[in-house]
Amino acid sequence: MSEAVVSTRVRLARNLKEYPFPIRLNTAQAKEIVAKVDEALQGSDLKFTRIDLGTISDTMKAALLERHLISPDFVRAGEGRAVFLSEDSSVSIMVNEEDHIRLQVIRDGFEPDEAYKIADKLDDMISRRLKFAFHERLGYLTQCPTNLGTGMRASVMLHLPALDMTGAVHRIGANLSKLGLTIRGLYGESSRPVGAFFQLSNQVTLGISEKSAIDNLRNITTQLISQEMKARDNVLGNIEVEDKISRALGTLKTALLMDHSEAMSLLSLVRLGVSSKKLTTLSTDSIDKLIVEIQPASIMTRFGEDMTPRERDIKRAEIIRERFN
Amino acid sequence: MLCQHCQKNEATTHVKTMINGDYAEYRLCSDCARELGYGDMFPDFTADFGGMLSSFLSAALPARSGATRCNVCGSTMNDIKKSGKVGCENCYSLFLSDLMPTINSIHGNTEHIGKRPVIEYTKVEDEPQAQSEPNDCLESLRAELKKAIEDENFERAAELRDEIKRLEA
Repeated sequence: MSEAVVSTRVRLARNLKEYPFPIRLNTAQAKEIVAKVDEALQGSDLKFTRIDLGTISDTMKAALLERHLISPDFVRAGEGRAVFLSEDSSVSIMVNEEDHIRLQVIRDGFEPDEAYKIADKLDDMISRRLKFAFHERLGYLTQCPTNLGTGMRASVMLHLPALDMTGAVHRIGANLSKLGLTIRGLYGESSRPVGAFFQLSNQVTLGISEKSAIDNLRNITTQLISQEMKARDNVLGNIEVEDKISRALGTLKTALLMDHSEAMSLLSLVRLGVSSKKLTTLSTDSIDKLIVEIQPASIMTRFGEDMTPRERDIKRAEIIRERFN
Repeated sequence: MLCQHCQKNEATTHVKTMINGDYAEYRLCSDCARELGYGDMFPDFTADFGGMLSSFLSAALPARSGATRCNVCGSTMNDIKKSGKVGCENCYSLFLSDLMPTINSIHGNTEHIGKRPVIEYTKVEDEPQAQSEPNDCLESLRAELKKAIEDENFERAAELRDEIKRLEA
């Protein structure tokens, strides 16, 4: 399972009863909500760090996005918007994004039940302190009707290189919507798939319980993975594909300049080689960590926010060489 | 039907108004209509037939048009359609019938199954009356429940119902 599932995320959307939704919120109200959530989170066993989006640089925001701690929309956010991060960054709570509260739990590997358990517990804790907008018939009320009901989005990040090579992902994608699921690129809505990484998540939130939605996601994930494994058996018998994988590792070990998209394609191939035991080098876990580190804003927050794209490509190649040699 | 203003003469003028998104309808006699400033509604009656027709059409506003505003957040149904975003909790009650077809086509369902918020009623400081005079408190909760049902505020009604059950137990 872990060969194809990188991580699992569960997100809950909640709104406070006495305020209009973020689209109709003024800055003063938005700040009040941030303060209320801040206070409510004091009741948790987890320790949260508050980051006000109005006070950090665009590069910092982009780095948070790259680690999936905030959403693409939130990168443009300013005053009255904040994110609360747990110490290990496995829990993030965006305040005043599309909803007042977007609570997210990320776990490595395939852990939907565990991720939901943590989210559920925190949600209970907050709902004892803040009153949520809830409708008998429509469930948790959300700014966008697509999240009504449970307000829960459970997703798994999948690495499906063999299905991607054979073009099967697109065919599968079309059928998933009938099952109430959707498959997208790495950074969520409207993003393009990079390096054969995909996000599979539940689409329907109203009229289905949290448990059923997660069970459904688990079943489809299991099926997708077994198809991926079958497809791997086919493509890996092919010397052209094996050659590509070997060359990818060679390039990663020696290149002096490496842009992000090249690095992603090569790492994807090497990850395929490692998980199919065709290559002995870094583990898939280490590759997954490297994938997070070599993203543009993540490099810049570590090595200098004024880096040019070229300087980044040099630094990226350097990080990768060090790791693989 | 009698004039709604004087309650004496037969109503002959049907007035529909939309002021700041608040829709209202009146049936008035010709005297009262003139007195209230609705007497001269067709100044160009003979000028052109097309103009008259369009004035009729625009007068025939549905009870809740795209211009109806939510009195909590100020959203209209048009705003919601344009942005795809609902303005506040109250919009879901106000525009429920307009939103239902969309909700149903997104989810294939319109009834929530799943988790509900945890509401704790154990905090003493929130309900000091509940401690000292439980019966008075029950009375006022029942009255509030009745009002909530009349106002079609079903969420509040459900909360009140649960609270009454808890106190009765």
